[in-house]
Amino acid sequence: MAAPMLRGRCLGRCWALACIDSGSRHGRGAATGFTSSGKRGQSFVAQQPLLTAQKSRKGEHKWAAVVGLEIHAQIASNSKLFSGSQVHFAAPPNSLVSFFDASLPGTLPVLNRRCVEAAVMTGLALNCHINKKSLFDRKHYFYADLPAGYQITQQRLPIAVNGSLAYSVCVGKKWRQVITKTVRIKQIQLEQDSGKSLHDELRSQTLIDLNRAGVGLLEVVLEPDMSCGEEAATAVRELQLILQALGTSQANMAEGQLRVDANISVHHPGEPLGVRTEVKNLNSARFLARAIDYEIQRQINELENGCEILNETRSFDYKLGCTVPMRDKEGKQDYRFMPEPNLPPLLLYDTASLPAGADPQQVINIDRIREQLPELPSETREKLIQQYGILPEHSFALLNEVGLLEFFQNVIKETRAEPKKVTSWVLNIFLGFLKQRNLAVNESPVTPSVLAELLNLLDRKVISSAAAKQVMDMKRGNPRAINKLIGLVRKVTHNRADPTVIKEILEKQLSS
Amino acid sequence: MWARAVLLGHRSWMGWHRGFTSKTDPQGSGRVTAEVIEHLERLALVDFGSQEAVARLEKAIAFADRLRAVDTEGVEPMESVLEDRCLYLRSDNVVEGNCVEELLQNAHRVVEEYFVAPPGNISLPKQDEQQPFSHN
Repeated sequence: MAAPMLRGRCLGRCWALACIDSGSRHGRGAATGFTSSGKRGQSFVAQQPLLTAQKSRKGEHKWAAVVGLEIHAQIASNSKLFSGSQVHFAAPPNSLVSFFDASLPGTLPVLNRRCVEAAVMTGLALNCHINKKSLFDRKHYFYADLPAGYQITQQRLPIAVNGSLAYSVCVGKKWRQVITKTVRIKQIQLEQDSGKSLHDELRSQTLIDLNRAGVGLLEVVLEPDMSCGEEAATAVRELQLILQALGTSQANMAEGQLRVDANISVHHPGEPLGVRTEVKNLNSARFLARAIDYEIQRQINELENGCEILNETRSFDYKLGCTVPMRDKEGKQDYRFMPEPNLPPLLLYDTASLPAGADPQQVINIDRIREQLPELPSETREKLIQQYGILPEHSFALLNEVGLLEFFQNVIKETRAEPKKVTSWVLNIFLGFLKQRNLAVNESPVTPSVLAELLNLLDRKVISSAAAKQVMDMKRGNPRAINKLIGLVRKVTHNRADPTVIKEILEKQLSS
Repeated sequence: MWARAVLLGHRSWMGWHRGFTSKTDPQGSGRVTAEVIEHLERLALVDFGSQEAVARLEKAIAFADRLRAVDTEGVEPMESVLEDRCLYLRSDNVVEGNCVEELLQNAHRVVEEYFVAPPGNISLPKQDEQQPFSHN
């Protein structure tokens, strides 16, 4: 695997990508999409790191970075992994907590079927081998938000192993060539989430809310096949899209439904891997790449100054923009893993091995789940390219914004304009329009029908491009007014009318 | 009470740290070093309050060591005595929760509806700071 070379002090500049905050409802930030003029907005695919021309003081030192990720995704289920209390963001403290979640004596874990199905679906979508038998273990450590003193996880034999995640990287000067990179998935396991701690520095105490304790998590472990922050961020983004397409997790980083820990080390190519550090709780899509790149550079700097890298755990300080060692981590943790004595092995079946006369509620058929898998983002993009002849990078952009694809498809249905034209309008003008007003697609005053009409008029050369843009822009996006305008234009142009007349009409209306 | 805790903790442990006895004493006299005791106390928050407690631990290890007399070559370890039971799968319905008052009833300190805990983890005092064998 060719790792990009990072020279001396200066990290190769990775182009800002992965419209990183699009996980949230409102894709706030710069407009996505490529234009032929090469306007560089934030986008969805990673650039390969560029080599810098700078030489370090000591001559040419080539460093390669190695990044692995542990991603925790909250399972989208009604109730928790081992108890029947509700899974819900933002509820009064400790209102969604059962006796088991509070670890009161005499309570036992009961596995939620939906969580198992979610794990199998995710494993299949990520090309994993599904273990027909998997086991639960206890991972012990003491912390106030872990009432039992241990977390139930799957350390020995997880539910899925040996998969892969493909993500796309743009190469070349004009970002035209899109190549696919793969990161191997070591395993996917089911585990419990912990509660939430609110630190009250003033009164020297911690307030504990157990609403989140016991919520089902999928831990997805990515092998250290990535080499910089942008690759990691893009892989995370693609995983987010897959989880959302499957419906197994809403994977919203802002709401804590997707959390990432990174394992980072640097070494000279050809030499053994360096000591790694763990950077925990990278919970913001925006800062993920930055934090990883900071840590890579920090390690390079330390090593070049003759210092050693400690195998430690660090966290990213968003305000300072740097990684800092975490307190409370004295030496290496010994989790004293032991089998969970209250849970038998989890057995899964396929059509061939399904026991006859089994209660369908009590058995899970992997083949059945595979048949019912929804379309994955990569398939959707491929279909768009085949069906409409749009460019790969545009297909990425269409999937990168919530609701945008549906909007695009609705416009296509109602317009006779060419798909390439529609794509350009949707990705550049429409999306730019939304970004300017900080709106999500589903909040847009411009409906697909309206845009389709506009494009039809444009196609028939009834109105000019500039006029169409003005229509979209006018009257603070008042939909009724826009429709009225369109109606007016259509009435007047029952036969092809003089464009200057149209322009006059529009201008008159727009100025009123 | 703590002796039982030690024994239970130890049994599950044995599976993962087979080399334990050889680590403490290669000749097999079964002495547990102070370093290991401190490590155990930190991990499990048990208190080996006296020399008798440590001796009891050593005897427990020696007792369990007799398992080694059984030849388990080529035998799959048993994960659980429940291994041939069916793991019951629950439907994804909300049937519990909403009992904050009951839950907070036994809490020592409460602020609004939050449990109150000390800040972070309180580290145990180091070995030399501790009084070596004080009774509780």
